[in-house]
Amino acid sequence: MGDIHLINARILAACLAAALLVTGCATTAAEGPKITRPKLDPKADANPFPSTYKPFANSPTAFVGATIFTGTGDKIENGTLLIKDGKIEAVGANVAVPAGYTTINAKGKYVTPGIIDAHSHLGVYAQPGGQALSDGNEAVSPNTAEVWAEHSVWPQDEAFNAVRRGGVTSLLILPGSANLFGGRSVTLKNVPARTMQAMKFPDAPYGLKMACGENPKRVYGTKNQPPATRMGNVAGYRKAWLEASKYAMKWDGYYAADSKGEAPDRDLKLDTLAGVLNGEILVQNHCYRADEMAIMIDIAKEFGYKISAFHHGSEAYKVADLLAKEDICVATWAGWWGFKMESIDGIEANAALVHAAGGCAVIHSDDAILSQRLNQEAAAALAAGRRQGLKISDAEAIKWITANPAKMMGIADKTGSLEAGKMADVVLWNANPLSIYAKTEKVFVDGALMYDRNDKNYQPKSDFMLGQPKGGE
Amino acid sequence: MTRFAILLALFATLFANIATADTVAITNARIHTMGKAGDVEGTVLIHNGWVAQVGPRVRVPANAIVIDAKGGAVTPGFFIVGTNLGALEVDLVKETNDTATTNSGLSAAFNIAYGIDASAVAIPVARLGGVTRALVTPSYADAEDRELLFAGQAAVITLAEGANPVTRSRVAQVLELGEGGAARAGGARGSAITALRADLDDVRWYARRRGAYNTGGTRDLRFTKADLDALIPVVQGRTKLIVGVHRAADIREVLKIAREYRLKIVLSGAEEGWMMADEIARARVPVLLNPTANLPSSFEARGSTMENAARLHTAGVTIAIANGDGASRLREARYNAGNAVAHGLPHNAALAALTINPARIFGETKVGSIERGKQADIVVWTGDPLEPSTQPIAVLIKGVQQPMDSRADELARRYRTLGTPYPPAYRD
Repeated sequence: MGDIHLINARILAACLAAALLVTGCATTAAEGPKITRPKLDPKADANPFPSTYKPFANSPTAFVGATIFTGTGDKIENGTLLIKDGKIEAVGANVAVPAGYTTINAKGKYVTPGIIDAHSHLGVYAQPGGQALSDGNEAVSPNTAEVWAEHSVWPQDEAFNAVRRGGVTSLLILPGSANLFGGRSVTLKNVPARTMQAMKFPDAPYGLKMACGENPKRVYGTKNQPPATRMGNVAGYRKAWLEASKYAMKWDGYYAADSKGEAPDRDLKLDTLAGVLNGEILVQNHCYRADEMAIMIDIAKEFGYKISAFHHGSEAYKVADLLAKEDICVATWAGWWGFKMESIDGIEANAALVHAAGGCAVIHSDDAILSQRLNQEAAAALAAGRRQGLKISDAEAIKWITANPAKMMGIADKTGSLEAGKMADVVLWNANPLSIYAKTEKVFVDGALMYDRNDKNYQPKSDFMLGQPKGGE
Repeated sequence: MTRFAILLALFATLFANIATADTVAITNARIHTMGKAGDVEGTVLIHNGWVAQVGPRVRVPANAIVIDAKGGAVTPGFFIVGTNLGALEVDLVKETNDTATTNSGLSAAFNIAYGIDASAVAIPVARLGGVTRALVTPSYADAEDRELLFAGQAAVITLAEGANPVTRSRVAQVLELGEGGAARAGGARGSAITALRADLDDVRWYARRRGAYNTGGTRDLRFTKADLDALIPVVQGRTKLIVGVHRAADIREVLKIAREYRLKIVLSGAEEGWMMADEIARARVPVLLNPTANLPSSFEARGSTMENAARLHTAGVTIAIANGDGASRLREARYNAGNAVAHGLPHNAALAALTINPARIFGETKVGSIERGKQADIVVWTGDPLEPSTQPIAVLIKGVQQPMDSRADELARRYRTLGTPYPPAYRD
């Protein structure tokens, strides 16, 4: 019975395809073929999947009487925040509210910049999971720099709505860590949308996911192909960078001759790697162990690129001085450790120790549940630091989930802090966000209200949730 | 005198020596007794490892070690269920992982207790999260084609330094149904439930004919003798059967089987439990859950919500906080409980779900509350125990102060100062 259905479906599909072909041919024949040359020059169309995101309707709004964590390390008691035209207009203790502003009485409440999750797989490993939605790891070759995470993002992943309720307004969506080069990351604005492009953070730089250590050598070593060891990993990176350097030089020569010569053969994989070498694409490097971070830094120097951040970085505290000197952020957890050998030395105080050494500490999630509570994870990391005797203020710890992730994602000039002129990505909390009991009340993206805990009109749900059991939040 | 006692207590704490004084007094405390007395301000007096007195007017003997709670909270030590603490060191280092078997000839008889190691470095880390006791449950190793339903037998462990961790083995039997159970039984619930019923029938039949079985005088049974023996107390209702299940329809089916076979079951997971709350309450079936499991992470968890814990509690279901995130993250159990409070569970009910409820569910009658005659498993906190900013001041197990240190803390201290002339390897 199942087979009969299958056969019928096949016949139907074949008919449809034939019909389409005929129609297509007819049209072409009538109007003449319109030939578009493929983009043989990577610079001719460097942005083939452009952002279509536009801020939603917003009106000038004043948050009055709040405790404000600015994301710059400051805390303002009884402060006022003004947002207008989707931007931060003013913030301070003595800011007058101009006429025509919607005033939110925020007495006893807290205001922070929108939370930024710098390590997310939302959309690429969408709810409800399973093989059908497992789109994060192109684990077929150790170098898949040619794949882009954005082409796997399913905007109907309900987790986008869940993490927005947790205050997350921007996300770095990464491919998985099976490969030495996992592919390009994409930065998203956390707004409900029909297409990935409508979530794409305008003018955010691309990232390249790289992975150290156990994952690549396990995934490929067990298939009896390189890399099977850590030294195999390093050989794999260097071979790829050599090839990319040669590729970049070929294009440099082509451009130097005013693009008049024969164009080099274009290669999507090498486009991405050359983008790193040209400083246009940021390296987001999954790496747990301190000694491996030091090796990755040397490789970056050998080939002349910069590492934007080490992700997970369980042992970052062991080389916190080196990471601060090299200006490399560390995106890590507080509570996760011990699940694999390279995470055995992960400690709760990691972020606090990196911060205390003058480095850029980031609390990330890598997980759709944890991403809903990055504020709590930062609180646990802060408490662990204080337990080690470090003096770190609440306001500084808020940077770990706002300004610092913005920095490692290359969007710190646009969001991540409540400074005049930046995007009005703002969260209103009912209590200090470092408390376990704090909940978001309102979440604004570019000044537009995208979530309101007390107003059903601002509680979006994905298509997938229609017709499902109504569990609520 | 008192000041000297405080110093002594502090000394014991700092240098991780195990204080062995017969008498310990925790003073200036907000005591969540989790017993009939409710919350009490005052002193807990501990004698020889047992709670002797609790109340506002307790006289502190001169020879007592005094722990000044400075107005902080005092709770029973947390008893976390559904963990693999002690049964593994590093998940992906398989030699250190004793949580499951791929042996296709072994199912219900699998005994997690034999794989528990007191040296597991996650134990002190969990203890610093206020955990003093755990129910360690076996899981499944699905790498092999293993068509056996039961995961095996759970054990209760103490987190006391230097102790043999296993205080009681064969405490409960573990079974996963739902998608996982179906996959293990041929890919459909129809086969998993049918196989389960057939197996339970087999065990009942076997229980009455063990003599004949030993002389070869019985029919063919799917399970080995070891598995059948392990399941006898389950079908006799003497051992709890923990059933991992998620969607409402599966919960309904499990309740029905439990009623029919007179099994004493405990639901685990139960993300859609709120949809069956009244039925679960009527059946007096407890639920082990993770309050933060709110995503439609599978087709059997589409109704997941942060309010599951609160709704089940309101319906009268006894809940306990389970930790599905592995041994290394046991310390987060209190945060998970705090999140349940943020979504409607009363604070005291959340503390109960970490202490007295799991104790009652698994028959640990000597722990779970701070009452005269109970074992002194007690944690002294700087503030609200569910807040990340709160830290433990002291952890006592059977009245003995535990080291307030862990391997993670040693690493943090070793690397706090970098760039010293000699490498960190020369530091403790």
